[in-house]
Amino acid sequence: MTQLALVIDLNVCVGCHACVTSCKEWNTAGEAGPLPDVRPYGAEPLGTFFNRVQTWEVGTFPDTQTVHFPKSCLHCEDPPCVPVCPTGASYKRKEDGIVLVDYDKCIGCKYCSWACPYGARELDPTDRVMKKCTLCVDRITDERLAPADRKPACVKACPTNARLFGDIHDPASEVSVAIRERGGYALMPEWGTRPANHYLPRRITPPSAEAAAPGDD
Amino acid sequence: MRPAYSVILLTTLIGAAQGLFLALFGADLAGRLALGPRPEAAFLATGSAVAIALLVAGVIASVFHLGRPERGWRAFSRWRTSWLSRELIVLPAFGATAFAWGAAHVLRIEPPLALGIAASLLALALYLCTGMIYACLPFLREWNSPLTVLNYLVLGIASGTTLAAALAAAFAPAFAPGFAGWAIAFTAAGLASRGASLLRNAGLAPRSTPASAIGVDHPRVTQVTRGFTARAFNTHEFFHGRPASVVGTVKWAFLALAFVAPLAVLAAALPSPSVGAATLAVALQMAGLMAERWHFFADASHPQNLYYRAVA
Repeated sequence: MTQLALVIDLNVCVGCHACVTSCKEWNTAGEAGPLPDVRPYGAEPLGTFFNRVQTWEVGTFPDTQTVHFPKSCLHCEDPPCVPVCPTGASYKRKEDGIVLVDYDKCIGCKYCSWACPYGARELDPTDRVMKKCTLCVDRITDERLAPADRKPACVKACPTNARLFGDIHDPASEVSVAIRERGGYALMPEWGTRPANHYLPRRITPPSAEAAAPGDD
Repeated sequence: MRPAYSVILLTTLIGAAQGLFLALFGADLAGRLALGPRPEAAFLATGSAVAIALLVAGVIASVFHLGRPERGWRAFSRWRTSWLSRELIVLPAFGATAFAWGAAHVLRIEPPLALGIAASLLALALYLCTGMIYACLPFLREWNSPLTVLNYLVLGIASGTTLAAALAAAFAPAFAPGFAGWAIAFTAAGLASRGASLLRNAGLAPRSTPASAIGVDHPRVTQVTRGFTARAFNTHEFFHGRPASVVGTVKWAFLALAFVAPLAVLAAALPSPSVGAATLAVALQMAGLMAERWHFFADASHPQNLYYRAVA
């Protein structure tokens, strides 16, 4: 059983929002688009996004760390948003584990968003249906694209390679190795949703390593 | 959570409709079993019409909750897993059977006993479905309790029996004291069960924390920015946007309006409640239950809010 997922490396994410804009661009123009904004240049804009980059602070000054934290649908292996849907519009694909919304079946009751502890779903105010990250399903399955391009738009856009994409059920995949070797973890494990997306924790890089080999790169 | 006025109206109006039907059928059944006089068909017909009208008004209000109401028929399909789907199946089933039972009285035909029993079971099932929609969500911990289902049941029956007392005072005075007695009993039970859920929720400690939200094990994890300055669905749907003092005021207001005031009015009006007194009790209680439902939503804290605390 394949379970596609993102693994996000918090050690190298610089919070540049390239994944946010790239996601928005692809998904407003892609097969499932548009992904509308209301009053984009007005006083109170309101937009639908699949992906957000937040910034958090850990610790107390001066012992603080800034953590840039990208957040999108985690494609849970036990997604609480799916069984509550009254129409079956919200579903998890058997073949690759992607959690999707059938925009033609959604009645916009918002119940699935109540059932998601992560706030991963956003109601599109123009189409009046629920929207969420698709892992760029229209892109990763497009055989007209070169294999290297069959990745989610956010992954392709990341300048620091903080976003890995692959099958977390394949123990040899890049994402499985990263989770295993770098302590990849899931968000809010207390709810038993078993998110497929994982995060790689920050690592302490000793300053001496750089000093020992000046100009080595 | 942001209180949705469409859902507040839906749940209070259909709750009263179900309770009114149960009160009418209960009185008729008691008459059939020779436990008391049988209500006249005209009264049962009038009462059924009021119940159906409340049910229809609730459904009309609920349509405004949906983004795509024209696709509402699709919601009948996932009854195996979704309490919302179950509610949307049981609701018209209850409406149809209650309508048939009321129509039989309009036509002065004795409805089969099985019809009234079926409608009553569907009314009870509808309370279960409505309550479970909220009670089944584990991370909305204020709702994730059997008390949620109990409250929908008891508060619905309380408002329905109060309404039955008012209708009886106007159209069948002999039955008004009996209905008023049941209304007092269920309103008192509602005060106990809703009070129990308030006490339970006051002591709830959040299970998710900023640390578990981003997965950093540290006692001080704070958001610097949620990543955008504009509004979004997530900043609207899950925040009621009122200060805690308003939520507290609404709590005391609904306890007074939905429970204490109707109890006092009905008790003072016994042994023969007047139309005015019983109608006052209905008005106070319905207003109180709408405030109660507002508080039910506002009191529930969604873990997604941990991700939307700081603008910039």
